[in-house]
Amino acid sequence: MAEIEIRALHKAFDSAVVLKGVDLTIEDGEFISLVGPSGCGKSTLLRIIAGLEPQSSGEIWIDGVSADGVRPSARNLAMVFQSYALYPHLSVFDNIAVPLRMKRLSALQRAPLVGRLMPGCHRTERVIREDVERVAAQLEISPLLKRKPGQLSGGQRQRVAVGRAIVRQPRAFLFDEPLSNLDAKLRVHMRAEIAQLHRQLKTTFIYVTHDQAEAMTMSGRIAVMIGGELIQVGAPAAIYEDPHDIRVAEFVGTPKINAFPGRVRSDGRIEVLGQVLHAITPAPAGECRVCVRPERIELDTSGILSGTVVHLENLGSEAFVHIGSDGMNAPVVARVNDPNQLPAIGASVGYGFAPEAVRAFDAGGKRIATSIAARVERPREMAVV
Amino acid sequence: MSDAVATLRRVATTPGVHASVFAGAFTAGRSAAYALAAPAFVLMLMMLIGPLAGVIALSFTDYQLGAPSFSWIGLSNYHEMFADRVFWISLKNTLTYVAIVVPGAVALGLGVALLIQSGAGLRSWYRTTYFLPVMATLIAMAIVWEFMLHPQFGLVNGLLRAAGLQGHSWLQDRGTALYSLCVIGIWQAVGFNMVLFLAGLVSIPKHLYDAAEIDGAESAWSRFRLVTWPMLGPVTLFVVAISAIRSFQVFDTVQVLTKGGPSKSSEVLIYTMYTEGFEFFRSGYGAAVTVVFLAFVLLLTLLKSALGNREVHYA
Repeated sequence: MAEIEIRALHKAFDSAVVLKGVDLTIEDGEFISLVGPSGCGKSTLLRIIAGLEPQSSGEIWIDGVSADGVRPSARNLAMVFQSYALYPHLSVFDNIAVPLRMKRLSALQRAPLVGRLMPGCHRTERVIREDVERVAAQLEISPLLKRKPGQLSGGQRQRVAVGRAIVRQPRAFLFDEPLSNLDAKLRVHMRAEIAQLHRQLKTTFIYVTHDQAEAMTMSGRIAVMIGGELIQVGAPAAIYEDPHDIRVAEFVGTPKINAFPGRVRSDGRIEVLGQVLHAITPAPAGECRVCVRPERIELDTSGILSGTVVHLENLGSEAFVHIGSDGMNAPVVARVNDPNQLPAIGASVGYGFAPEAVRAFDAGGKRIATSIAARVERPREMAVV
Repeated sequence: MSDAVATLRRVATTPGVHASVFAGAFTAGRSAAYALAAPAFVLMLMMLIGPLAGVIALSFTDYQLGAPSFSWIGLSNYHEMFADRVFWISLKNTLTYVAIVVPGAVALGLGVALLIQSGAGLRSWYRTTYFLPVMATLIAMAIVWEFMLHPQFGLVNGLLRAAGLQGHSWLQDRGTALYSLCVIGIWQAVGFNMVLFLAGLVSIPKHLYDAAEIDGAESAWSRFRLVTWPMLGPVTLFVVAISAIRSFQVFDTVQVLTKGGPSKSSEVLIYTMYTEGFEFFRSGYGAAVTVVFLAFVLLLTLLKSALGNREVHYA
């Protein structure tokens, strides 16, 4: 159980700056995901927390104690690697037992041949055996204990790696993209298992992934990292619904959010592709991006925008309609809940969205506040006529 | 190619001819395969298996180099050899040489490789330097060693004298000649073993060291025991086998520096074979010594392949 505090963390490899000042407090027992595109520095951050990599500047505090200069094993954090990093020459049992043997046996007791003769070795080995068997039973890998990692499937290796992590009851778990080597079906299954493990252990979990779906489905909080910076930290729903930056909006959610080129008029109204929306903003006039999630796009002949259907994706339970529009580089994606009522490819469709679905961002990518405009009053002259 | 495709298409579209045509094609393919393999097979017979069989056959004769005739004498050469004191001295010296050079060259090669791998700078410089003795002709290098080990003006004795110690007649003393050759043997083999170990070290996945560090392997020694040594298993086995075979073959330093002396103290198997076969022209007896030598090499090779299948771990 640990609270981990990261303060103003910088990391540079020679001239390449990887982390540009990261501040983050991870609560005790929390499941937090570090998510971001590859190369954003999330794995480096995890390695610095683990102690495998020194930071250039900044501090890591674990449970109120500075971790600077503390060896990785002394930090008592467990790590599960993307490649599992199991010792190929050791059996599953020995793999799981390694951290216990390192901790509980002296160097002399670990020595080959003579180690067995050292006093106390047998007793300690018996306790280690019990601990390993308990963890193996918990992860349902008891029948595999005698096998070598080379004889296991990807999912089984994953479990062994998790077993090696939990057997020594660490203060926190660090996961470095642990599911990315598994096939899609197994990944979904392991997702549920890791979330269940967290509920069971109630320990701090730090989970690094580039897959936003993993982050959304498992974690209590998500920290979105892009280009070496933490852009936004919050609950999955908040990150999805209320992104502070266009990069967050575009990274989170599949299919990607639709980004329309827009403009803030001098009276505060927002304009998209020449159409004025029922949305106003206090932001100064100028270029902006108007983003709308696919499920908020409504196909409707009376919609303010129109285009041609260029592609259909029918997933059975739902479908996505890709609409090519003038003035847009990428097709607009709209979700249709009833796949039986899809337009044909090549058909012209009208579409629109409610003003409250709009997430607008300024030219720098920062979120700008929007609110629903009051109904437009008819000009007085018109009323007179 | 297109002809073959056309034939296949014709065959495929003509019902009833499938079986016979394919059977014919199969026999034709088979004889073509034999024809294609034949040159390699004949060459292998002539160059590898033939000479070996020749040597074994020769060891049962009294053939002398250049003699017009020979007769089969059965196991007489072997009887004579096993009764000969020189053969046993030679065998003992060879085994001593192997027993010293193999552990020495393997341990030092591994040590140097680990040092080079862990250091950041000058890697290629160190690699090249340690590899120099492998690239240089050992005969030329043996002459350099002869100067270095010279009792009066040699560098080694000079250094010993400077340190206030007494020098030795390294190569002329019965007690030290073989061990001096061992040192030269180790010096020559370290570079080769180092290169093999370096290749092995590079192929160890880095994340295993990360895992070891997290699991509590804090000292360099415990990381070596947990990751490096087991992962180097297959390479080590290969290096040991190669070093042993090369040590069994020791000849050039003996020939240049000691000629097996003084009083047979550095006599080794190949040198015995050389003197018997090419100085005393007793080819039959020399062949018998060679057969003993080959038996040891074969034993080593079998040992290596028997162990090799157990030692490889696939991640």
